Amino acid sequence: MSARDNGNESSNEARKGRFGEFGGQYVPETLMQALSDLEAAYEEAKRDAGFTGELEFLLREYAGRPSRLYFAENMTKDLGGAKIYLKREDLNHTGSHKINNALGQALLAKRMGKTRVIAETGAGQHGVATATAAALLGMECEIFMGKEDTERQALNVYRMRLLGAEVHTVTSGTQTLKDAVNETMREWTRRVADTHYILGSCMGPHPFPTIVRDFQSVIGREAKAQILEKEGRLPAAVIACVGGGSNAIGSFYEFIGDKNVRLIGCEAAGEGLGKRNAATIASGRVGIFHGMKSYFCQDDAGQIAPVYSISAGLDYPGIGPEHALLHASGRAEYVAVTDDEAVEAFYYLSRLEGVIPAVESAHAVAHARKIAGAMPKDESVIICLSGRGDKDVAAIARYKGEDLHE
Amino acid sequence: MSKISDVFKNKKAFIAYLMGGDPNLAKTKEYILALAGAGADIIEIGMPFSDPIAEGEVIQAANLRAFASGATLDGLFGMTVSLKGEVAVPLMFMGYLNPIFNYGYDRFFARCAECGVCGVIIADLPFEEQGEVLEYSDRHGVELITLVAPTSAERVARVAKNAMGFVYLVSSLGVTGARSEITTDIGALVAEIRRYTDTPVAVGFGVHSPEQARRIRGQADGVIVGSAIVEIIREYGENAAGELERYVREMTEG
Repeated sequence: MSARDNGNESSNEARKGRFGEFGGQYVPETLMQALSDLEAAYEEAKRDAGFTGELEFLLREYAGRPSRLYFAENMTKDLGGAKIYLKREDLNHTGSHKINNALGQALLAKRMGKTRVIAETGAGQHGVATATAAALLGMECEIFMGKEDTERQALNVYRMRLLGAEVHTVTSGTQTLKDAVNETMREWTRRVADTHYILGSCMGPHPFPTIVRDFQSVIGREAKAQILEKEGRLPAAVIACVGGGSNAIGSFYEFIGDKNVRLIGCEAAGEGLGKRNAATIASGRVGIFHGMKSYFCQDDAGQIAPVYSISAGLDYPGIGPEHALLHASGRAEYVAVTDDEAVEAFYYLSRLEGVIPAVESAHAVAHARKIAGAMPKDESVIICLSGRGDKDVAAIARYKGEDLHE
Repeated sequence: MSKISDVFKNKKAFIAYLMGGDPNLAKTKEYILALAGAGADIIEIGMPFSDPIAEGEVIQAANLRAFASGATLDGLFGMTVSLKGEVAVPLMFMGYLNPIFNYGYDRFFARCAECGVCGVIIADLPFEEQGEVLEYSDRHGVELITLVAPTSAERVARVAKNAMGFVYLVSSLGVTGARSEITTDIGALVAEIRRYTDTPVAVGFGVHSPEQARRIRGQADGVIVGSAIVEIIREYGENAAGELERYVREMTEG
């Protein structure tokens, strides 16, 4: 792990915890001291070779890093354009990129003397990663998950319990990721002294967007070295799915200063723009919620809107503040991918490459299918395959009208 | 002295919270008059929000009832305007930042001033982020109330020195809602705040019984009660006025 300032526009944090006008610390007073303590502990930890060395050791020996950058030859041939590379975060221990951040924050929490961690989860991947890190480090763990998500990701709920975590079903609001975040924040205000909130995405109040980005930036750092070794040049584009945006910011960060590399975030368009969706940049506007100023799906009165995606991990009405800046500055592009397109890509990658992607990651695969064919053959595209799709098999079967239950 | 801090001049204040539009705006108006008539010194009116992260279940449910009745910010402003001349106690709004940001800060605080709303409490706007709205609240003479929590620690000095109206001391960790016991050392926190400011200190979160109110009156300048009042409104619906009056009298005795 390293959190160096690479001099790009997105690391311009002139106002504390700000990415341009975005970011900030819009939380109840009860949490302010905890955020300030966390910031101080993190600043100290990231300069301590003992801490960074332990994290690097765990990422290598326990999580299985570096993850492979796999040349998807069949897909490349099929699309007939740019070479497709898959950054295989799905091969990490626990099956997604979430372990990078969960291990980092759990180590940090332990260093701060916390004995208990809590976390929200949507698809369950962050919950599983957090429960795993807590089991490894001998910490108490409680996970908050929307009721709708516990139903569509039942296997992950059991997985978390198996790992020793207590899973709370959230029945307030829309019973999805947004409400899980609300409930975890409420729990943190109840019990903050011995508890750290392992926020799972590059969102929320400062310093979370920076901490999560730093822990996830290992994805792009590895990918850059790997593509330079394989291709001898930078990719034409880096493509990743975006809910809160942690695998995307982790993939993008190292490339922000490389102006010729297109950075493309794929939001969940659900049933389509204009219908039920979770595409924050495409259908939201600037607001202040969950501790940050950013873009949010909201109604005319500033009430946070119910959102929808087949993917529990992208089913969130906001986006991290650094993405908000990358969008506002034009450095990154954000596109919307529908449920239908994502499900088609889920099948496509499974059959063509023998890789079953998480339905979240399938959004990025779907967009690559749209653009790679028209790109020159000597160029390359990196898709962040943020997670594996085993967890989604039953839900996809149901989407296709098959009566399959776990 | 401001209209809000004036309240604390010669007495311990009782500050009552209810959700605007629960069960509907006409009833909110009636209940404000009932609360004030029975002895409430300041009325806080909740602005409904979809995701009230500082609230416990009682006030979360009140938000939903307010939405069901169609309450909007403009509706709330209309209701407070209609109270002019009918109610003498200061009226305040309490809620979350996004609906205010969305309404427009200048427009929002201008409307507050026009409609007799003299203070605003924003649960997710801590002291460090007040710069977001301060220019506008100051311009229109609306006081922004800041909160101090048991966890505020080294932040107390800065928050207290800049306080307006009153300091809202959060009694306990966690979200709003009745607590059988308040374990925080309120006296010590109040003493800490008073090292930095003469602004009155009122205590809220979890206060529901006359015994708790009595104890807090002995330690601070005012008592804030929300969830207990909201719970009465939930239970009695459109016929809560009498029960609210009885409750306020009980809470302000002795």
